[in-house]
Amino acid sequence: MFQFIFKRLSLVIPTFIGITLLTFTLIRLIPGDPIEVMAGERGVSAERHAILSAELGLDQPLYIQYFQYVKGIFQGDLGNSLVTREPVLSEFLTLFPATVELAFCAAIFAVLVGLPAGIIAAVRRGTLFDHSVMTFSLTGYSMPIFWWALLLMLVFSVNLGWTPVSGRIDVVFWIEDVTGFMLIDSLLSDEEGAFSSAVSHLILPSIVLGTIPMAVIARMTRSSMLEVLSEDYIRTARSKGIAPWRVIVIHALRNALIPVITVIGLQVGILLSGAILTETVFAWPGIGKWLIESIGRRDYPVVQGGILIVATIIIIVNLLVDLTYGIINPRIRHSN
Amino acid sequence: MNQTQTSDRASTKEQNAAYDNAPAPMTPFQEFWHYFSANKGALAGFIFIVFICFMALFADWIAPHTPSIQNRSALLLPPAWLEGGNWQYILGTDDVGRDILSRLMHGARLSLSVGLVAVSASLVVGIFLGLIAGYNRGIIDTAIMRIVDIMLAMPSLLLAIAIVAVLGPSIVNAALAISVVSLPHYVRLTRAATLAEMSKDYVTSSRVLGASPLRLMFVCVLPNCLAPLIVQATLGFSSAILDMAALGFLGLGAQPPIPEWGSMLADALQFVQRAWWVVTFPGLMILITVLAFNLMGDGLRDALDPKLKQ
Repeated sequence: MFQFIFKRLSLVIPTFIGITLLTFTLIRLIPGDPIEVMAGERGVSAERHAILSAELGLDQPLYIQYFQYVKGIFQGDLGNSLVTREPVLSEFLTLFPATVELAFCAAIFAVLVGLPAGIIAAVRRGTLFDHSVMTFSLTGYSMPIFWWALLLMLVFSVNLGWTPVSGRIDVVFWIEDVTGFMLIDSLLSDEEGAFSSAVSHLILPSIVLGTIPMAVIARMTRSSMLEVLSEDYIRTARSKGIAPWRVIVIHALRNALIPVITVIGLQVGILLSGAILTETVFAWPGIGKWLIESIGRRDYPVVQGGILIVATIIIIVNLLVDLTYGIINPRIRHSN
Repeated sequence: MNQTQTSDRASTKEQNAAYDNAPAPMTPFQEFWHYFSANKGALAGFIFIVFICFMALFADWIAPHTPSIQNRSALLLPPAWLEGGNWQYILGTDDVGRDILSRLMHGARLSLSVGLVAVSASLVVGIFLGLIAGYNRGIIDTAIMRIVDIMLAMPSLLLAIAIVAVLGPSIVNAALAISVVSLPHYVRLTRAATLAEMSKDYVTSSRVLGASPLRLMFVCVLPNCLAPLIVQATLGFSSAILDMAALGFLGLGAQPPIPEWGSMLADALQFVQRAWWVVTFPGLMILITVLAFNLMGDGLRDALDPKLKQ
């Protein structure tokens, strides 16, 4: 087991170095002088140029710049936003809970719908239900989620008026920022109706963000269940006279879930990149919207730092998924 | 005795006749078509793709209006079948009076050509890198695959956004970004297929006969790796179109007034409440096109490679 963990960890380090090289190079690929590009049309005086140049370390040789950059990363220094002058890391940490809250609810939605749909489709293979699940999941998988967001908004917010159009909570509430998670903070506050307002703001964005993961989970669960259901031990269990639901839930599902858990873990990347689109449409104040706005404002340190953090999170989650997979499935652990 | 002989001969004759009348064995293409057309979804996807290619190719002639022409007297006109609609503008008009149908047709041209460019670019580079990695093994292989792993660690949309953020928003840069982010899949597939083929006898015998490395790579090995690559290229089309639309929607792809599906949606954002049609149709086009490519990709996978059959 330790060998497996060690081997897997040794793969992460070069990947992380690669990511730092990538984000380091990206900002230097900007055509023209980075400072003038950052300054935009206003231009910049020669003295200011020299000051900024020294501040950003651009007057040093490239390899020193890179080591400075990596050193900064390990000290938690990702530079300052050019617009707000705030440290990138602290801006990220303020906005991150909003994205986590959204992604978490989306994942819950995806699992709660995708998993049972996949199981039932596999059990009732070839029926109308199976065909509809497969059709819906392929449609969900092909869905441009920004359009899906607009469509749901059009129907449920504009026409039916069931859910709010955008934001995290009604403007009439003032919620103190304790944990950063609106669901928890609104519960902690004494304001009446704050929690239900927070929930109603979360419904549509979660459905939108959870659509693609849901489709992937449903497809994966179905094919994994079908494979397990054709195994000999399932037939044995059935011939022993065990209740059908017990065979499915206790005997088949436990084995079928192994690949599904991996797939669920791998959705984190999809959730974080999907958050960029979902947050933009629903004006959700998370890191996705923050990144896109920073690109629009040419706030390069934010873009650089944000991409680095998001990529690092994904690497760590993938690592955790692989390790869990190794724990629950010995065949992975002992293979070369 | 004589009688039985005659009857024997007769039966042989019959048999021969039966053999002659037996259908000729299917050519590889017929066999492929046989399996492919059995899959109704794949066939539907294929028909839609043919239809949309036709629309894209002849957009200049079949589009009822010029996509960029604005008609001040027909702003936000609803589709023709609704009250207030006008059969001149079948799917209605947008906020500056441009015909939505014509813009969708020209948008198809853009989306398909971006898909074509992105897929071909990443296919060519990916095959090249994958063949080199699989053929040479050792340090080159490790280096290429490590870079591929790094790229796969990032969600493709995020990486594409990062690239466009640096290079500046435009269709060309978006297409470039999309081809870069889809590269890893082709490298991995080609490498895996190359590794499997390299150990086969026919490659060894060509090598013994003195075939050069280039000949071995491109003439011997490559044709036998094509099936999974064709499937991946088809699926690559769908993700290219989806990513292109997402970039366009975020304002990082095609810039106005270019009729691109994603940026059409972005322009329509502020009219969601007043005019559902400016939002609905471009998105529907994206969905159906992406779905068609996914359906066809699934069908191709089943038809080309029975081993991959789910």
